[in-house]
This record gives sequence, C-alpha cells and structure tokens, in this order.
Amino acid sequence: MSEASRDERRTERSIGIALGVSAVTALALAFTFAVGGQPQVEGALLGVSLGSLGWALAAWGKHLLPAGPFVQERHELGADDAPSEPVSRLVQAGEVDEPGPGGVPAVPDPDEDTMDAMGRRPFLLKCLFGAMGALGLAALFPIRSLGPNPGRSLFETAWRKGSLLVNEEGRPVRATELDVGSVVTVFPEGHVGAADAQTLLIRAVDEDLVTREGREGWAPQGYVAYSKVCTHAGCPVGLYQVATRQLLCPCHQSLFDVMDGARPVFGPATRSLPQLPLDIDDDGFLRAQSDYHEAIGPGFWERP
Amino acid sequence: MIRRLNAWFDSRLGTSGFVKTALNKVFPDHWSFMLGEIALYSFLVLLITGVYLSFFFEPSLKEVVYDGSYAPLKGVEMSAAYESTLHISFEVQAGMVMRQMHHWAALVFLAAMVVHLGRVFFTGAFRRPRELNWIIGVTLLLLGMLNGFAGYSLPDDQLSGTGLRIFYSIFLSVPVLGTWLSYLTFGGEFPAESIISRLFVIHVLILPGVILGLIGAHMAILWRQKHTQFAGKGKTEHNVVGSRLWPSYAMKSTGFFFILLAVLAALGGLAQINPIWLYGPYRAAEVSAASQPDWYVGWLDGALRVFPAWEIRAFGKTIPTVFFPGILLPGVTFGLMYAWPFLEARFTRENDREYHLLDRPRERPVRTAIGTAVIAFFVVLFFAAGSDVLATVFNVSVTGLLVAFRVLLVVLPLAVGAVTYRLCREAASLPDEEGAPPVVVRTPDGSYHVVEEDGEEPVETGAPHARARGGPT
Repeated sequence: MSEASRDERRTERSIGIALGVSAVTALALAFTFAVGGQPQVEGALLGVSLGSLGWALAAWGKHLLPAGPFVQERHELGADDAPSEPVSRLVQAGEVDEPGPGGVPAVPDPDEDTMDAMGRRPFLLKCLFGAMGALGLAALFPIRSLGPNPGRSLFETAWRKGSLLVNEEGRPVRATELDVGSVVTVFPEGHVGAADAQTLLIRAVDEDLVTREGREGWAPQGYVAYSKVCTHAGCPVGLYQVATRQLLCPCHQSLFDVMDGARPVFGPATRSLPQLPLDIDDDGFLRAQSDYHEAIGPGFWERP
Repeated sequence: MIRRLNAWFDSRLGTSGFVKTALNKVFPDHWSFMLGEIALYSFLVLLITGVYLSFFFEPSLKEVVYDGSYAPLKGVEMSAAYESTLHISFEVQAGMVMRQMHHWAALVFLAAMVVHLGRVFFTGAFRRPRELNWIIGVTLLLLGMLNGFAGYSLPDDQLSGTGLRIFYSIFLSVPVLGTWLSYLTFGGEFPAESIISRLFVIHVLILPGVILGLIGAHMAILWRQKHTQFAGKGKTEHNVVGSRLWPSYAMKSTGFFFILLAVLAALGGLAQINPIWLYGPYRAAEVSAASQPDWYVGWLDGALRVFPAWEIRAFGKTIPTVFFPGILLPGVTFGLMYAWPFLEARFTRENDREYHLLDRPRERPVRTAIGTAVIAFFVVLFFAAGSDVLATVFNVSVTGLLVAFRVLLVVLPLAVGAVTYRLCREAASLPDEEGAPPVVVRTPDGSYHVVEEDGEEPVETGAPHARARGGPT
C-alpha cells in the first residue's frame, strides 16, 4: 500500500470520527431537550455537533477532493465581444499555461473524476447522512414546543358535575326562565365564552322528546342541552328553527333534529351533537350532571 | 449623461452586452400575455400597501376595550388585532384606502394567476421545455391562496375567526397526525393564543419572501427560454416575433402598471370590501349567517358543503368526513396540476423536442375538453359555497339546492367537456388558414361579404369592416 493511500485512509477515518462525534452530540442534544433542556448544555452540544460537522466537511474538501490550482481566464469588462465565461481547468504541476489557437486557452471538459468525487466515498456519505439525521431529530424538540400535547384535552370540556349553567352575561339560568320552544347559549360558570364548552339549552315539550338509551333523566322538565360546536367543521350551530325544531349550522348547512338527540338529518355532518346531562337543583337552577360523555366538535383520528 | 453613466457601469460590471440584449428582448404582442403581468403588478401593489398596513397593525390577541372613533363598538372588549384594524380603517390617514386596496389587490392577484394558468394550459405553453415554470407557477398559485387566507384571517373579526375555526377542523381531520398538527400550528386547542401572531409572520415574512423568490425564478426562466407565441406570419419554432422591450414595450407596460394601480386605488376607495366593523370582534360561540370566504377559497367551502356525510370509522379510529373535501380534494387538485405536463407528454408522446409555438385550444380537443370540464367542476363548487345566499335570494330551500349541486357536480363537467370536445372538432374542421382569419367586409349599403385572401394584406378601402374568426374558439 502506497504512502499516499495510507494517508488518505487515515484522513477518511478521522473525518468519519468527526461525523460520528457530530451525530452523537446531536443525539445528546435531543436527549437534553427531552429531559427539559439546559441552555449551557444545549449551546455546548450544538457547538460541538455543528463544529465537528463543519470540520469534517472542510477536511473532506481539502484532503479528499481534487484540489487545484485551477485557472479561469479573465476578460476585460465592458469589452463588447467578451467571450462567454471560460470554464476553469486544472493546471498540472510545472505546466506552463499555453494559449490555444485564438489566444483562449484550450479548456478540457471537467472530467468524470471531478464530477462524482463525492460519490466515491460511500462510507463518509453514510456518516454525513447520519449526522444530519441526528441533528434533524434534535430539531424536532424545538418544533415540538410550538404547542402542547393534545393528550385527552379534545375529549374534555370545562363542564363538571354540578357546574352551574350561566348565560353569555354569566348569569345563572333558572328552570322557570325559558318558554317552551326557546333557546339560549350557556356556559359552565366561570368559563363564559369558552369555545369548547359552548352549549345550547333548549326547552322542548317533554313528551315529544325521544330519549336515547342511557340518557334517561338527562332532560328534566323538557330542558335539553347540546354542544353548540358543529360535529362537521366546528362552527357554532347558531340557528334554531322553532317550527321544525331543527338546529341549522350556518357554515355548511347541517341540520340536526333537536327532538331526536340532535341527530344529523341533512348536510355534511356525520354525528349527533353531544348531549349534556342536566339537573335542576333545589333552588331551581340548572346544573350539569357531568361533562359530555364523548368528544365534542368535529372528528379527529383518535376519536372512536 | 445616460451615455456616460452607462459607460461607467459598463467599465465596472461589463453590463453593456447584457443591457443591449435586455433592451432588445422581443415580447409577443398577443393580449393574453398580459395576464401574467397583471398578477405581477398586483403583487407589487400588495407589497406596497402591505408594508404600510404593517406599520399600524398589531398582531396580538391581547384583550382591549375599544375606545376609538367608530361609535357602535365603543366600550366593546376585543383583541388588539381587531382594534388596530379598526384604527387603520377609521383613524389612520389613507388607512381605509390602503386596507381595501390591499384586499382588492389580493383578489385580483389570485384571479390574474388563475386566468394566466388557464391561458398557459389551453395553449399548451407548459410543454417542454417549460414544465419547470409550470411547476413554479402552480406553486405560486398555491402559496398565493394560502397567503390570502392568512391575510384575511389576521383582523380577528367574526367572519375570519369562523374561517380559522373551519381551517383548524380541517387540520384536525388529517389521519394519524391531525391533532398534533393542529395543536402545533395553533399553539393549542382552538382558539389558541398564538395563532394570530404566527399567521402574521407567515403572512408578512415567510410566504411573501418565498413568493418573491419564486417570481424571480419564474421570470429568469421565462427570460432564458423566451416567450412562446401563436403560429402566424413569420413566426416559427426558432424565433419570437413582437415588440422590443425598449422603448415601446417598456413604456406600454409601465403605463399598464399605473392603470392597474389606478383601478385598484379606485376600488379601494369606492368599493367597500371586508367591512370588519360590521362583523364585530370574534366570539367563539357566535356566527353570522351567510359567512362567505374570499372567492379563491370558495371552492373549498363549497366542497365542504356538498360532500356527503361519509366518514370512515374502524379499530377505534376515525377519518372524519372533513378530510375528503378539506385535504384530499385540494391535494388531488394540486397534485394533478403539477403532474399535468408530464401526464400529457406521456399520452401524446410530445416530449421529443422543444415546443415554442402555441396550440389554439380547438386544435387540442381532448385537453381543452378536460380543461373546461375541470373549470365547470370548480365553478359548481364555487356556487355551492353560496348555497345559503342563493337560497335566500331565489327563495328556494337550502336542502333542495344542495342536492341540485351534488347532481350538477357530476353532470355538468361531463356535459361541458362533451360539448367542448364537439365544438373543438367542428371548429378545427372549418377551413381556416393559420393566422389568416377570413375578413368580412361591410359595404356602404350595409351588406356583408367575405373577402377572399390570396396571400396579400386586405386592402383598406375606407369602408367600415369587421374581422371575425371562422368558427367558435
């Protein structure tokens, strides 16, 4: 084995090690992020990771890729008949630059050798992708902090057992207050305006209501409450048509039958509006028996 | 003076050769080449008016109590974003005109891009070697739509908040990743605190930057490949016939820029658009009837309305109904647009050379028929987005209308495509020399006759004459 190729082996090995260091420190950075982060450690690891990546690329370019000197001819600026940009060419050691015919040096095509010099180091390329991949992995953690973990939050609202129903001004609603056929938007006390807790309270004629299995006792004195968030695309189901006793979503025209568990009867919605179990306390105020028993609003992957 | 300046630059940058070619660059004279220009110039207007607006707008959901000059909202709690938009509209000097110009310019920008895309599609200007510019153009349309949506969502009024709510639900519908995607984008469960400030950066920095870069690339490629042109006298695959950039084209085009600016300014001052003070600040539990998005989002809203109530539920997971019209439809739409040049080349095998001469739409019945059918499809979706308004205006039931739209969505594109195909075939079979339409002359006594051309220019007789094409185009 010649002296030159042994040197080359050694260089390749140190570049590989540098890329390995970059990958390992990037993984350590990811781990640091994962356990809560620490600014000095993050900075140091990022510095080492990017630094060794940079050193590796520079060393790769300096020692393993075809080096010059190359010549590129200069032409006078503003000369009207300037030749098109000449291609650079490699000058062999000791070569005297001989102009070709017409004064322009003969320029050889960049040979195959130069073009895929990168591809001839599959080991280093793998190390490079490894280091980049590890850095990409570490980058996921800052991206992760763009928002909280969804967890169970889409399955829950602010409604609790015993939550007082209050209207948009925050005033509790009495059972004697609503006439049959009227409707009011309510929230759990302390959460007026909450997007996912908005609920429609409707007073219906008791005997016309179809009570679904498992929902007995949810609608005292003909009071029914349904989530106001459309199960299609999440708009507030804002329009109550008293004559047909249907709720209409003004965004995409889904219709829900109030008397039959707010079942969708027309339009793009696929699910009934979730029903809130109600109770009337000893003072005659309406309260929730619990939170909704299912996720409110439009569908999502994790929803059964 | 100019000569000396030119010499100074030339001796330092070597620009004279470039300047000479640039000034002598030839632009085709056909009117349809102006459509891209309209898009470019309205984008300039968007940049100018947008910079002005950004000096006054406050991208924050911080709650404030309104105390400005618009009396009906005095004392109302609202976000700083909404309040600063009211401030721009009612107190800032020229603020209302700038805001409405900005909105109008956005509508024109998108419209010009769509019509420009139609021109390129129906004349086959996307064929080799211009596939790259087609891809950039489709990307510009996509980004333009996104940025338009981001922009009109900023004021945090009742209408735009409802739009954002729907957008969030669409994100939520993505299989597997939906909840994370929407939580990371909005910063939590809707309505999350961060969305307006994030949309602001996206709207004023990220997307305009990318759009600007892509416009640069679009024009550099256009410059390098030169314009296409319709076949005609002296026009071949190897030349471009038209006006030179300097002086006539540059002058005309600059004039055209000011005319467009004038139209947008007049619209901005005279034609009310997006009157957010009438919509009120966004409240999650409120919604106004007849909520319509800007026109270029209409097809998506229409698709949400007409798509049937189908969803996939299996193994305790759901692919919600919104996914199909909200994610799949735009995905397929843009996917097919990107793929079109390559699909067509595969079927016609026209990939063997460069194509610089444009097709007349009638010469390509299949492509033209597909194009008009697709347009019909999206026009139906667009009108479906107004189903509630149409129902009110024409006093018909919303449910009946939606059923009609579902039927139309299938039937109309097929019918339009078939009719277009027939018309193209018939038009193509009519005797019509390339670039030499028959000349119809009206004589002083009022009768018409066709002047037979024998290769010479028609003689000007001073009599009023009309030029008409030989068939439907």
